[in-house]
Amino acid sequence: MATRAAPRILAWAERRLPALTRLRPLEPLPATLHRRRIYIVPTGFGLGFATLLAVMLVGALNYANNAALMLTCLFGAATAGSMLVAFRVLNGLALGGLRSGTARVGERVRVSLELWASQRERTAVRLDIGGAEHVVTVPPGGSATVEFELEGEHRGWLPLPRTRVHTRWPLGLFRAWSWVHPDAAVLIYPLPEASGPAPFAPEGDADRGRPRAGDELAALRDYRPGDPRRQIAWKLSARHHGLLVKDMEQPAPKEDWRLDWDSVHGLDSESRIARLARWIDEARDDGRRWSLRLPDAFFDVAQGDEHYHRCMTALALRP
Amino acid sequence: MTRFRLSLAPAIGTEPRLDDRPFDLLCLSMAFVVGVHAAHLPWWLSASLAGLLGWRWWHRRRGGGHVSRWVKLPVVGLLLAVVVATYGTLFGREPGSAFAVGLLVLKTLETEHRRDARVGIAFGGFALMAALLFDQSIVATLIVALGLVPSLATLRAIEQTTPVYGTWRTTFVPALAMLAASVPLAAFAFLFIPRLESPLWGAPNPGQAVTGLSSSMSPGEMAELLVDDTPALRVTFDGTPPLPEARYFRAYTMMAFDGRQWTQGGNLYATTPTPLEGTPRFRYQVAMEPTQQRVLPMLDMPMAAPADATLRFDRTVVANERVRAMKVYDAVAAVDYRLDATLAPLVRRAALQLPAGIGPRARGLAQAWADKYNHDAYGIARAALSMFRDGGYSYTLAPAPLGADRIDDFLFATREGYCEYYASSFTFLMRAAGVPARVVTGYQGGYWNRLGSYLLVKRADAHAWSEVWIDGRGWVRFDPTGAVRPERVSLGASAAANAGGGSTSFFSGEWLRQARDRWDVVNQWWNEAVNGFDALRQSGMLQPFGIRRTDVGDLALILAVGCSLLVAMALGWALFQRREGDALDAWMRRLQRKLAKAGVIRRTGEGPRHFMARAARSLPGQRNALERLSELYLASRYAHDEPPPELVKQFRQRVREFRARGVVK
Repeated sequence: MATRAAPRILAWAERRLPALTRLRPLEPLPATLHRRRIYIVPTGFGLGFATLLAVMLVGALNYANNAALMLTCLFGAATAGSMLVAFRVLNGLALGGLRSGTARVGERVRVSLELWASQRERTAVRLDIGGAEHVVTVPPGGSATVEFELEGEHRGWLPLPRTRVHTRWPLGLFRAWSWVHPDAAVLIYPLPEASGPAPFAPEGDADRGRPRAGDELAALRDYRPGDPRRQIAWKLSARHHGLLVKDMEQPAPKEDWRLDWDSVHGLDSESRIARLARWIDEARDDGRRWSLRLPDAFFDVAQGDEHYHRCMTALALRP
Repeated sequence: MTRFRLSLAPAIGTEPRLDDRPFDLLCLSMAFVVGVHAAHLPWWLSASLAGLLGWRWWHRRRGGGHVSRWVKLPVVGLLLAVVVATYGTLFGREPGSAFAVGLLVLKTLETEHRRDARVGIAFGGFALMAALLFDQSIVATLIVALGLVPSLATLRAIEQTTPVYGTWRTTFVPALAMLAASVPLAAFAFLFIPRLESPLWGAPNPGQAVTGLSSSMSPGEMAELLVDDTPALRVTFDGTPPLPEARYFRAYTMMAFDGRQWTQGGNLYATTPTPLEGTPRFRYQVAMEPTQQRVLPMLDMPMAAPADATLRFDRTVVANERVRAMKVYDAVAAVDYRLDATLAPLVRRAALQLPAGIGPRARGLAQAWADKYNHDAYGIARAALSMFRDGGYSYTLAPAPLGADRIDDFLFATREGYCEYYASSFTFLMRAAGVPARVVTGYQGGYWNRLGSYLLVKRADAHAWSEVWIDGRGWVRFDPTGAVRPERVSLGASAAANAGGGSTSFFSGEWLRQARDRWDVVNQWWNEAVNGFDALRQSGMLQPFGIRRTDVGDLALILAVGCSLLVAMALGWALFQRREGDALDAWMRRLQRKLAKAGVIRRTGEGPRHFMARAARSLPGQRNALERLSELYLASRYAHDEPPPELVKQFRQRVREFRARGVVK
């Protein structure tokens, strides 16, 4: 029963009792929820229910109805017990196993956190993170993954926000919660500029990039009249109805791009980063090899995902 | 154009629709509530509520959402009309609970979200409790307590947001376990929650709740009572109990007769009771079921009134408060006694009063006896009794209806009836003959429970008889019913009713009787220990521990301390976390603690081999011991599937012996 008043009260509690929430220091992951940092308050429904129990109690006492009193006591004791159960859901629960995807500034980055606990099942654990509530149940001895998205606002490290781990299990009468302020961050890559000049003017030879006959076997295809005889794959054709021809080609070697921080003139450093990021993107998309020279780092000519991420990380972390 | 919301429920924008499983459980909880109330609701109301609930369940199962307001509002109106039409009012125990149960079922019609379901469950708990206003027997209480299981299961299912709900077993067993785990705290709170000495506000409506004997009597009224098998009193005696034919429990005496009805003599109660001449004979304790009346039935003539009750002029006893809960009282009875050897003129006049114009033939007959026996009260009474015995009178619980003149019609026409008829006409005859007489109602007989050694008096043992005042002797009991059907007095009401039919039915079988005895012992215990546990008993509860009187402050203190203790224990359970791993791990941890004291702390992610090697380098003095420990650990941990016990034993031995000396940084 999340009323509109709840956030206000919470904000007030935070002001009054900073120890509860705000001053929770950054802590490295994995963070284990210790009993001393778990708090419990009744939910709105819990308060209503307590009122109802009080009415039942007074009624039973007034009419000297011991059977009704017994029922009230039983209901009340079960309610009180549910508080401990809620506590047990969080006690000893651990958060960690941070994984994140890649994202550029302005995109949403997908992050996943793992929750695990040694023994019993932890039912209906809720995480308030990134403005949304996520519910998971951690199996006994296993782990559960919470996936969420964060807004990538700036390039560089995006620290994980302060997170509330809470639960209303089992009856929804009490909420046990604990704040976690993980000392962990996900990387946001710089946003490449939308358009701009190419790093180097294309050089001569319009044929560059067109496939040429070479030594490497690329594919088999049906025989077309005029194909040279030596390219016919005789052995393979024997098992087929028609003739197969070996298509030989040699990939056109593309020119490597040697990207250099200092070669981009007349721009501030953010724009330089954006431009370099676009070039790297383009180089990767073209299947080119590239190198990157930064004032404090050099990545030699290479290609592939690993190279790409190294370069982008370096750009993202430029001061 | 404005759009109107057709639903009565407030707008709940984002909350998801309740899953099927919580809704099923909610319906089950509601069905339980209807079930426990079915005993006092009219059958057609229970049936239609159950039908409505079933329909709603089916409707939602098939994907139906909110039921339209145009259906709901008329149904609520119909419920209101039906309750008012049936009970005449909306207020009071029966109509109130009927209306509440009806509303609860109607609530399911608009239950779509978690919030609705929670509200339904909370008020369902209230309605469950209301069922205990009607019946507080052990069976009813247990059934109602079991009704909490589906309620708790519903709340759990509402919280369980993963779509996997498991089987019905995994749904109910945890709820039941939760309930079972809360029994100690509940029992403790039950014992120590201070009871109220007097109610805070109005007691239950007496007109509706009064059970058992009534303070007035007109022939034909008791018939319902005489077939009511519910217990009324349970009496334990110090020493031997009185013989069956001497077990008369007096409740009311009735002086005033208007030709139809006997009532108490109103203005006589101002007179003080006259002392009783008699010897105390039976000491006994009565556990009395609540009647909502004040009168306490007393065996024969009570020597004095119990502590919180008053003796009236006719030696009947009324409690100072209505008996709303199980009442336990002690008394001493005299069997040979002399009451009112001389009769006060006021009482005498009342005991001779007869309504004008009623029973002319009976008056004639009585006058004839008076003349014949020369106004000797004994002679007249004997004449009346022998008339009942030999005059073709019969005992039946279903007599023919009487005409306008009830006395003459019974005595000279129908000649059949039960105790009320006989007591009424006998008293009339006595008065007509000039002998002061009065009608007494109460209980007679009862059933001796051998197992529990107590006398069980049921409502069916209600009886009416007469007391005749004889000069110099005082009030003397005459039981005209005994003249007609002696079994009524010696064997009890059921025997008297059955004797005509001939067959003593199967449930007089020995085993069944024993089972009923046992069952009644349980009920007796429940009534005394649970239902009769009032403020007075509570204050004496700690006497075995040397506390004479426990007042409210003490109770509150004990309650607070005890609850805290129980909560602390529960907290201990909540905090308890079994350490991971087996014995080998436990001993390794022990070793790590010892090494940590010596300054060698195992780093996160440091394997045992590296850690032990580092420890051996840091503590050269124990190098050999540590190396041996390392080998042992690695051998038992990694060389086998399960650590072999003898290696673990060696490891344990060495860990114990290990002393980390000489801190070398």
